Amino acid sequence: MNVGLFIPCYVDQFYPHVAIATLRVLEAVGCTVRYPLNQTCCGQPMANSGYAHLTGGCDENFIRNFADYEYIVSPSGSCTLHIKQHLHGENATHETAATAIRSRVYELTEFLTDVVKVTDLGTLMPKRTAPIRVGLHQSCHGQRGLHLSQMSELMAPPFSKPVQLLKQIEGIDLVTLDRPDECCGFGGTFCVTEEAVSAKMGKDRVADHLRQGVDCITGVDVSCLMHMEGILKRTGSSVKVKHIAELLTNTL
Amino acid sequence: MSHPQNRLDHPEAAAVFNKDEARVDWHDETLWFVRSKRDRAAAQIPEWESLREAASQIKNHVLSNMHDLLTEFETKAIQNGITVHWAADAAEHNKIILSILQAAKTKQMVKSKSMLTEECGLNEYLVEHGIEVIDSDLGERIVQMRGEKPSHIVLPAIHLKKSDVGDTFHKHLGTTAGATDPQYLTEAARQHLRETFLTRTVALTGVNFAIAETGGFVVCTNEGNADMGVHLADVHIASMGFEKIIPKAEHLGVFLRLLARSATGQPITTFSSHFHKPRKSRSGRPDQQIHLVIVDNGRSRQLGRADFRNSLKCIRCAACLNTCPVYRRSGGHSYHSAIAGPIGSILAPNLDMRQNADLPFASTLCGSCTNVCPVKIDIHEQLYKWRQVLMRDGHGPATKTVAMKTMATVLESPRLYRMAGSVGRGVLRFTPALIENGLNPWYTQREMPTAPAESFRDWYVKQPKHE
Repeated sequence: MNVGLFIPCYVDQFYPHVAIATLRVLEAVGCTVRYPLNQTCCGQPMANSGYAHLTGGCDENFIRNFADYEYIVSPSGSCTLHIKQHLHGENATHETAATAIRSRVYELTEFLTDVVKVTDLGTLMPKRTAPIRVGLHQSCHGQRGLHLSQMSELMAPPFSKPVQLLKQIEGIDLVTLDRPDECCGFGGTFCVTEEAVSAKMGKDRVADHLRQGVDCITGVDVSCLMHMEGILKRTGSSVKVKHIAELLTNTL
Repeated sequence: MSHPQNRLDHPEAAAVFNKDEARVDWHDETLWFVRSKRDRAAAQIPEWESLREAASQIKNHVLSNMHDLLTEFETKAIQNGITVHWAADAAEHNKIILSILQAAKTKQMVKSKSMLTEECGLNEYLVEHGIEVIDSDLGERIVQMRGEKPSHIVLPAIHLKKSDVGDTFHKHLGTTAGATDPQYLTEAARQHLRETFLTRTVALTGVNFAIAETGGFVVCTNEGNADMGVHLADVHIASMGFEKIIPKAEHLGVFLRLLARSATGQPITTFSSHFHKPRKSRSGRPDQQIHLVIVDNGRSRQLGRADFRNSLKCIRCAACLNTCPVYRRSGGHSYHSAIAGPIGSILAPNLDMRQNADLPFASTLCGSCTNVCPVKIDIHEQLYKWRQVLMRDGHGPATKTVAMKTMATVLESPRLYRMAGSVGRGVLRFTPALIENGLNPWYTQREMPTAPAESFRDWYVKQPKHE
């Protein structure tokens, strides 16, 4: 499978190890992966702030970088959802390309479970030396937007693509949270424009994980994890925060 | 954001609310308890999701046939002996109510819960015109005594603790100072309201559902206060937003099952009172008038907005408030609008964009509201769309627009993006004080991420196989 690796801008700049883990896991399951070198940002920060009309340049750049790939895969539910819902071209030709991209862009875990259909990830990865207690943060855009897992609001059968993958890795002991899918409060620019509520939401989410005695908090979106990590670090906690790609490749 | 009146924007009011963290925790847990009760109640209905879909479809039908349903309803209601009034806006609604009170030669009115009258500012208007209004919903009565607005559309006094209620009753009803026993306080309120019910000749109620087929309407309460007011009054006034219409009586079976479960996790409200005709005396002559006021107040305008019209499907259950992690941690008053929370944030800009431009931003767009909504309003999608409308129409601060334009310029150019990234990481690595300071809202309660020496791209291009 020919995959274009879509790395969110802040992951490229601040979390390169997450991008490397994503590349490793995709290559381990047999994909041919290329990272288009001129990619930047999906445009979500402007769009969610009410400035979608300023994202034309980002859209065009995204189309230029990714139009040729069979699949586009990203270690972010949020950026994937933004592309899926809002990518448009400036003319008819580019709109055709944008439409194709919107149907071919996947978040990492859904790509692994639904397209690659991997069932034995554990055998492809280095073995873990000691078991760890892990809390899974359900990032909202991945969960409610991309339906990576069932949400607590709906009266419907449970499923979870991230859990399906984590269960394939030996030594991961997943805890049950008191509130399994409450938002962490990151919310893009919300984290600074509504600082008080954002930080309080983050503190409460982190506290739930700590009550369950986790060694590590994981999730499919580095943005939420960055927010929770910022709160944990401020309190001097030793709990680790790792993107799911890092757990799947056992590069903890 | 700019606002003409002297009030706090949502983030400012939320910051004040968050100064007492223990109280925020209490508020959050109280409302989460209600959300959890809703989950348990919904889980007991195997066809829950089908019910939501049915309710959504019925309401979609209503939105597309509003004119016909309203005229059918009016005809039937008049045949039933109800006097029907039409109010284009809040001012006309308030004038109609005052004229009914004047015709009834009374300066007093008892009122059960009606968010529409809050939206119209009826209480303030009537007080200005010398009318005494007593709210008979216990929660509303409490906030009315305190000179506050309801902080929640179903639980108006949910922001108050027992001790706050005790203090309020001590001041206004003469209960013992420091008393917090709910039974004692409720009894005091009951005696006070009983006197009100017995002496008022005009009673106003809201309307939960108006049935086009029958010309009747349904009022849902848990306290029976609407019935107490109406049954003892000579004049029953009912105020309804025109979107409360449903086509047939049989549709009540869908909505009544959803409403209370979504609101409080009860199977049904304690009272679902059906009103069709004015009460008759033993001799068979009407001894009561029913006045029904059908209000537009911006609803036609909202109905004409393709992206926002389905906000009019709302049945005011407040499930979106209870589930909203932002509402639970900022309190209803931070929304400075009659209807707080996610649904209020998509309704309020229709009434006044400039005043309410901050509200669609009081959300992380987590989407919980949309999925808990019993009539499937795409609330978080509408929050996103309102943001676009408000910023495009210039309701954002000029500094934000400049910042966003700069950001777009950097992010659409691979060269500028890489340069900015490199500079940003460098600053964070070598002169962190430029970022880690009191001017950075992120840094107030959170550490910055660790800046690596190289970006992923820097690493990637150095890998042998990618050359």
